Amino acid sequence: MTETKQPIIQIRNVSKRFGKVTAVDNVSLDIRAGEFFVLLGPSGCGKTTLLRMIAGFELPTEGQIVIDGQDMSLVPPNKRPVNMVFQSYAVFPHMNVTDNVGYGLRISGVSKGEIRDRVSEALELVKLGGFEDRMPDQMSGGQRQRVALARSLVMRPKVLLLDEPLSALDAKLRAQMQFELADLQNKIGITFVTVTHDQDEALSMASRVAVINKGEVAQLAPPSDLYEYPANRFVADFVGSVNIFEGTLTLDEPDKAAVDCPGLGKVYLNHGVTGPHGANVWIALRPEKIYLHVPGEGKAVRAAAQDAPDGHNLARGTIKGMSYLGDVTLYDIQLEGGQIIRVSRPNLSRHDQEDFTWDDKVSMHWRADSPVVLLS
Amino acid sequence: MFNRTAIAPLEYTRKLWMRSWVGLTILFLYAPLIVLMIFSFNDSKRNVMWKGFTLKYYEKALNNDSLVEAMVNSLTIAFFATIVSLVIGALAAVMLWRFRFPFKGLVEGTMSLPIIVPEICLGVAFLIFFAKVDWPSDLPWPLNLSAITIAHITFCFPFVAMVVRARLASFNKEEEEAAKDLGATEWQAFRDVLLPHLKPSLVAGALLAFTLSLDDFVITFFTSGPDTITFPVKVYSMVRFSVTPEVNAASTILIVLTVALTFIALKYQGVKGISDAH
Repeated sequence: MTETKQPIIQIRNVSKRFGKVTAVDNVSLDIRAGEFFVLLGPSGCGKTTLLRMIAGFELPTEGQIVIDGQDMSLVPPNKRPVNMVFQSYAVFPHMNVTDNVGYGLRISGVSKGEIRDRVSEALELVKLGGFEDRMPDQMSGGQRQRVALARSLVMRPKVLLLDEPLSALDAKLRAQMQFELADLQNKIGITFVTVTHDQDEALSMASRVAVINKGEVAQLAPPSDLYEYPANRFVADFVGSVNIFEGTLTLDEPDKAAVDCPGLGKVYLNHGVTGPHGANVWIALRPEKIYLHVPGEGKAVRAAAQDAPDGHNLARGTIKGMSYLGDVTLYDIQLEGGQIIRVSRPNLSRHDQEDFTWDDKVSMHWRADSPVVLLS
Repeated sequence: MFNRTAIAPLEYTRKLWMRSWVGLTILFLYAPLIVLMIFSFNDSKRNVMWKGFTLKYYEKALNNDSLVEAMVNSLTIAFFATIVSLVIGALAAVMLWRFRFPFKGLVEGTMSLPIIVPEICLGVAFLIFFAKVDWPSDLPWPLNLSAITIAHITFCFPFVAMVVRARLASFNKEEEEAAKDLGATEWQAFRDVLLPHLKPSLVAGALLAFTLSLDDFVITFFTSGPDTITFPVKVYSMVRFSVTPEVNAASTILIVLTVALTFIALKYQGVKGISDAH
């Protein structure tokens, strides 16, 4: 997983048009050997088309896909060194688990003994030992997915492609599979490329994420960068939940910056943003990075916000909505300017959610390193 | 003790009117067939009064060379017509399902035409057609059955195509892609994934084609020559003089044959598989 490794997949200026619709628009990106790469985006953004082009089920209208140094333009899906786990799993319903997993080996003429060994090894890997003779209709969705996974892994592909691998599983199983997939990838070291619309999935499994919007790469970064340093409003809004306020850049120096937001107030940052002075910008502020204070704690608020000049990074409002989620409580607070800001507050003790209620007047502050300035 | 439980909404069998309705339906459907079978054992030249049990009409039917010949002709025609309609019908269905091409709607419409067009029109059309192209009628058996077989294929294959298309609608294309992804060629993916999925519909389609061909009268009547009498045509000519138990015996044999065939197909495929195909 070193940065110096040559990319296993190079996507060069790839576009895909279906008639007049552009599904993928001039995308270039490199996927490194051994990484867990996630294509994240809303439905219809072109991420699945991109994955299917890597697998060979769609041909790029323009551009080139290179896998392991070999141009794939004229290589059909059955000759590519990649294997795919389909969204519907596509387990062959008329074959039992052993035959399903061994299918690829069987048609490529591997000897019976080797097929047996490799199939049982693959089933062991996905924790399906003992299911050899089961038919797919006797298995749960999660187990069928493991069959699909084993069926691909047994081929020892250079890259494993996964199309929305967890979307059909229930919440508990999904969380478990997220860990297992990441663990599996770590263990066998194959490059994984996953498509998902679920940001939690992307954040928890990926080593790097490409956020796709309308066929273009909106941002390509490791999960924490994506969350903490979104490149634009689309990424900030799509990954996690966020408050976005429009404002004007009034101060921009290497170690500090300030934005005047009519809806929120004066926002101070302890780093520069290198944007044109007076430019129209947006402030993104995550709900969990805002501290709530009981009214009348003015001194405490000012003390807390002392990493910013007086009057910055403070706001006041009225609680208009609350939802208690167990671990956190979400508050929708109407600011004095009328806009709504969302704040999440961890319930560190059993009675924390009782501190605030509807129509309470509250104060807020946030640290100078919390807001993100977005130029687009 | 009186211990009657309430009738649940779906317990139809516990309602008297429902039971009698089902009974009446079955009676209506099967009474004529059962009467036909019973009277095939009737020891009488006329088919009106029961005069005692005999097997002599079976003997007579089996010794009636022209009747046996007609039966063999019918089975031969049905066999070839089934195989060819199965191939053409399945391929047509797969073609219409998989590809986009100009005039696809037109092709689809014309294909189901033989189902819609009245049989009598088809029969006349075939009569004129085979006369116009001067189709040889003096070929040795079984080639002399070619005209009838061709006519049968024409109205059988759309049924096969229909059944196969219905089955294709439930096919998950990702399964075929998965096969290719694992290294299968186009042909291997077809053989290993699509064909097994279609199997119940192929069995159902074949059964349908076989029975349609076996009992077709109208079209066959117009396309058959003096040497190419089929079973239904033969029975018709026999009935014109009188309905003898011999006809009953021959019909019973045919019924038993078709029922046995259906039973074997169901056994081989499973009832569920065939009902799934529809």
